[in-house]
Amino acid sequence: MITAQPRHLRRRYDVVVVGGGPAGLEAAVAAQNAGAAQVLVVDREPEAGGILQQCIHTGFGLHRFGAELTGPEYAQRLVAQALVQGVDIVADACVLDVDEQRRVKLMTTASGIATVDAGAVVLAMGARERTRAAARIPGTRPAGIFTAGLAQRLVNLYGLMPGRRAAILGSGDIGLIMARRLVLEGVEVAGVFELMPHANGLNRNIVQCLHDFAIPLYLSTTVVEIHGRERLEKVTVAPVDSTLQPQLAQAWEVPCDTLLLSIGLIPENELSEQLRLRIDPATRGPVVASTMECSRDGVFACGNVVHIHDLVDFVSAEAMLAGTCAGRFATAAPAPADNVRLLSGENVRYCVPHTISTEREHTVYLRTLRPLESCELRLVEAEGNVLYTKRLRYVFPAEMVTLKLRPAILQKFHGGTLRVDLVPRAFPEQGDAAEPSFPLSAPDKRPGGEP
Amino acid sequence: MTAHTTHYLCIGCPLGCRLEVEEEEGGQAEVEVRGFSCRRGRDYALQEHRAPQRMVTTTVAIDHALWPRLPVRSQQPVPRQLVPEICRALRSVHVVAPVMLGDVLVENVLGCGVAIVAARDMAAC
Ligand SMILES: Cc1cc2nc3c(=O)[nH]c(=O)nc-3n(C[C@H](O)[C@H](O)[C@H](O)COP(=O)(O)OP(=O)(O)OC[C@H]3O[C@@H](n4cnc5c(N)ncnc54)[C@H](O)[C@@H]3O)c2cc1C
Ligand code: SF4
Repeated sequence: MITAQPRHLRRRYDVVVVGGGPAGLEAAVAAQNAGAAQVLVVDREPEAGGILQQCIHTGFGLHRFGAELTGPEYAQRLVAQALVQGVDIVADACVLDVDEQRRVKLMTTASGIATVDAGAVVLAMGARERTRAAARIPGTRPAGIFTAGLAQRLVNLYGLMPGRRAAILGSGDIGLIMARRLVLEGVEVAGVFELMPHANGLNRNIVQCLHDFAIPLYLSTTVVEIHGRERLEKVTVAPVDSTLQPQLAQAWEVPCDTLLLSIGLIPENELSEQLRLRIDPATRGPVVASTMECSRDGVFACGNVVHIHDLVDFVSAEAMLAGTCAGRFATAAPAPADNVRLLSGENVRYCVPHTISTEREHTVYLRTLRPLESCELRLVEAEGNVLYTKRLRYVFPAEMVTLKLRPAILQKFHGGTLRVDLVPRAFPEQGDAAEPSFPLSAPDKRPGGEP
Repeated sequence: MTAHTTHYLCIGCPLGCRLEVEEEEGGQAEVEVRGFSCRRGRDYALQEHRAPQRMVTTTVAIDHALWPRLPVRSQQPVPRQLVPEICRALRSVHVVAPVMLGDVLVENVLGCGVAIVAARDMAAC
């Protein structure tokens, strides 16, 4: 990987980006393009690239680069782009604090603690893996229990195998990808156990990671006990009923020395909390305006630190917006303020950004609370008037919905809040020509139409 | 003649249609595809039925680099059934940094006509 560790940190940068994953790298380049002359990216890993460096499978970049890349290939393109633009990247450096005056305190292995002033700050710290469910499983606390992403790091960067026979709790994409990875490395995979009645990962991963290798997927099933003294020896698994209560009478044992947890990611927001940014309890990331600005002036955020993205291509798009606005803020040409607040209504878990402007075009990302086939996305005014509707062929919790909002839609709207609802449609018409929007899974041609 | 049905899950979009391919026993190209909602699904079922292809991604050992493993990929997709064997064969490949993205590490892996290339740069250190 090309790296250019700057010799000296400047005292002041127009924009300082915390985190050198895809979000941070895209934001840095966009900030520079928007007029910021000095841009610094700080990452605590020994190189930039973020989580992409360990995601060696293909499936990245169809949207952003029009090619199906591996994670490291995507990362390398972004690092190269940043260096060509003259962005400074410091690796092996951890940001300890960002204060209200946008002073960024960082610690490097080479030169200890340093403080730099920033015209604008972009938070791009990514996410960490959930472990809570593990702590709640009754039983012993032996070695051999890993989050799926940690196992991925051990296998793909260090060539270390977590064990010989693994069970996987949770059917998120990372767990599915790791099931295949372990089998290809000669580790036996006993099965994937999913609490919910539906799989959490993409169908593509169900097929290419599980079906291809005859790995069983047990839906509505969970791990209820962990056994083993020093090392994990087996887990007890049981089916759950419709209220997710395990049916212990039907439990069975799965011998394994390794348990991988693939139960989701949480935005990494220690710095945001230290800075006392407003946090949305639904996303667990900072509340952001349509410029990706947080609740403190000049602090922007993008990528998994704001909300968990399924696809890195969306991270890139969001980060370009954040970087552009941060660059403008730093060079004293900020975008006009927002005048509409978005509320999550029926079936909507969250919407990002949290506020928008009636004068500009926006991409709003939202997630549904439950799978719905054939539904309508509605923008509803406080008085109940429906301002805008869009038919969707389906929505799934694991699949982010994107909504392009043009100023024309909001022209006749003068209120202060808009509610976003996902309403099931009672009588789906036959031969419905409504186009689903999934630009990433079907970049070439869209299904629909042909029966 | 008896008909033989194989099931597939379409990966074309999140609807995940359940596809069926029915083939006459001993019959030549005459197959019937069911369960798709669009043309992509039909094409996918036929492709999976006749000649499933997969991209290979794994790692090989690398010396004098930042990490002990180098990610590698096949330049094109390979027949699906070859994937495990290719990964096994790549376990004995050992390279030394520096390596550049796209460097060919194995020219014609297992004689299937596809090259295995480095998926990133890795500088010597
Ligand atoms: C295992 C896995 C598989 C995936 N598979 C796919 C896929 O197939 N296709 C796809 O499109 N997307 C996939 N994704 C999603 C995609 O990779 C992520 O959405 C994307 O990497 C998020 O980018 P980010 O920059 O927000 O976070 P990250 O990539 O996590 O980067 C955050 C960076 O910030 C640094 N950092 C954090 N805190 C600090 C601090 N205090 N100081 C300094 N540095 C700090 C971290 O070291 C890290 O490098 C996958 C994700 C994972 C985890
Ligand atoms: S057949 Fe068409 S609609 Fe059905 S899953 Fe495949 S691509 Fe989607």
